[in-house]
Amino acid sequence: MQPWFIDFAEGIDDGEPVYLACEECGSTALPPRTVCPECGTRTLEERSLSETAAVTASTRIFSTIPAYADETPYTVGIATFDEGVKLTGQLRDADEVELGETVTVGVEQRGNDGWLVTFSPTG
Amino acid sequence: MTVQIAGVASTPFGKHPDSSTRELFTDAALEALEDASLSVHDIETLYVGNFVGDVTDDQAHVGAMVADYLGARQAASMRIESACASASSAARSGVQAIESGDADVALVGGVEMMSASGIGEITDALANAADNEYENEAGLTFPGIYALMAQTYMNEFDASQEDLAAVAVKNYENGVSNPLAQRQEETDVESVLESPPIATPLNLQDCCPITDGASAAVLVSERYADEHGLGTTVEFAGSGQSSDSLALQDRRDLSRTRAAERAAETAYERADVGPDDIDVVELHDCFTIAEILAVESLGFFERGEGTRGALEGETAADGRIPVNTSGGLLAKGHPVGATGVAQLVEITKQLEGRHPNQLDDPTVGLTHTVGGSGASCVVNVLRTGGA
Ligand SMILES: [Zn+2]
Repeated sequence: MQPWFIDFAEGIDDGEPVYLACEECGSTALPPRTVCPECGTRTLEERSLSETAAVTASTRIFSTIPAYADETPYTVGIATFDEGVKLTGQLRDADEVELGETVTVGVEQRGNDGWLVTFSPTG
Repeated sequence: MTVQIAGVASTPFGKHPDSSTRELFTDAALEALEDASLSVHDIETLYVGNFVGDVTDDQAHVGAMVADYLGARQAASMRIESACASASSAARSGVQAIESGDADVALVGGVEMMSASGIGEITDALANAADNEYENEAGLTFPGIYALMAQTYMNEFDASQEDLAAVAVKNYENGVSNPLAQRQEETDVESVLESPPIATPLNLQDCCPITDGASAAVLVSERYADEHGLGTTVEFAGSGQSSDSLALQDRRDLSRTRAAERAAETAYERADVGPDDIDVVELHDCFTIAEILAVESLGFFERGEGTRGALEGETAADGRIPVNTSGGLLAKGHPVGATGVAQLVEITKQLEGRHPNQLDDPTVGLTHTVGGSGASCVVNVLRTGGA
């Protein structure tokens, strides 16, 4: 696992998640970018990110990679933050989730240095 | 100065437990050279697509390995890797080598040995094309990524699992008459819907199989074809390649493949054709939803209307725009690093009038190959017209 992702995950764990906003064009992105993917400038500024997001898509996974083979079926989704960025995470506390449903974004530690992003329905 | 296709070949796709990466590629390359009436010593440049070989075989440096075992040590050789678009990228590189004047004869192809690995291992290897931190670490598989695209599309355009299944039904049917295809049996909508779930809404029959296979094409300059009386009848008309975000989460619209739109625009412009001029298409249907997204990004259907292709027969062999007359990745099989050239093999055979599902005199054909969830896309356009 890369150091930048550990930093990102620890930010979520500490209740201080971050994202990047472009001062030039206003678009948003997740770390670890140096260059704005939309306008190409290097004016990305780190800002604090919401701790909840709305589910944009989800899938229930039945066949998977060895690391998760003992945990099927499980649900993975992409959730969209008010700030505009989207993040991929695994659903907790429920098997299914409605599109648009609000989830709290968290992380779980896996193995020695692994971090898994999780989504828990707030409702 | 155009680049001509002098010879093509694919091995049978499926399981080759007694073969290996070097042997299978050699089989395809020798057959393509025989088809071209050229010898291994004529090859000046060799580009081979290979995606997961370092994981499945513990073997990198695949370019030199296959040049060596093919008996073409004189050639400049290189492995090209852009996930499932590797072989299409290799073909582009071969075309560029000839167009630049660096070579007159280029062997391009691809090879992948996947069936010896367990399903878990191969899923893991394929996942290397996704974003490791943001996607794989979250337990998101490749079928899972396409499932998210499918769900978004279905929700946005009111499409159903039955609409997706229609793609599998069409391509399985085309595969039945292709002797090289891995799946040689028809299916129906009900069977697709009742096949085991892989990642909802995608079932087993919405997904391409795990495939061993190799493909090769011999490319030559127009002058070389002329001087050696090769009698070539198919040429490269144009090519485009583009990129998109590595992770699906970084796309504004999860059901839109921008790299494909951009690659198609470039390829059409360079070939001086538009979607209406294309007579036959081999596109990247790694999952049923992928074909629907592809026919839209290539401009054959308006956005949201791609399901019509298979449902109403417009993409059938006898339809308005025949798609995947080979059976596509779903039925022909998907040896990931070989697929782009496998598609060129099929289109070349169609344009030369020797395809098992031969259409009525096609003159312009197109291939579309996707790497990952769409972070890479290559579009190649071929047309009749020899040296
Ligand atoms: Zn910007």
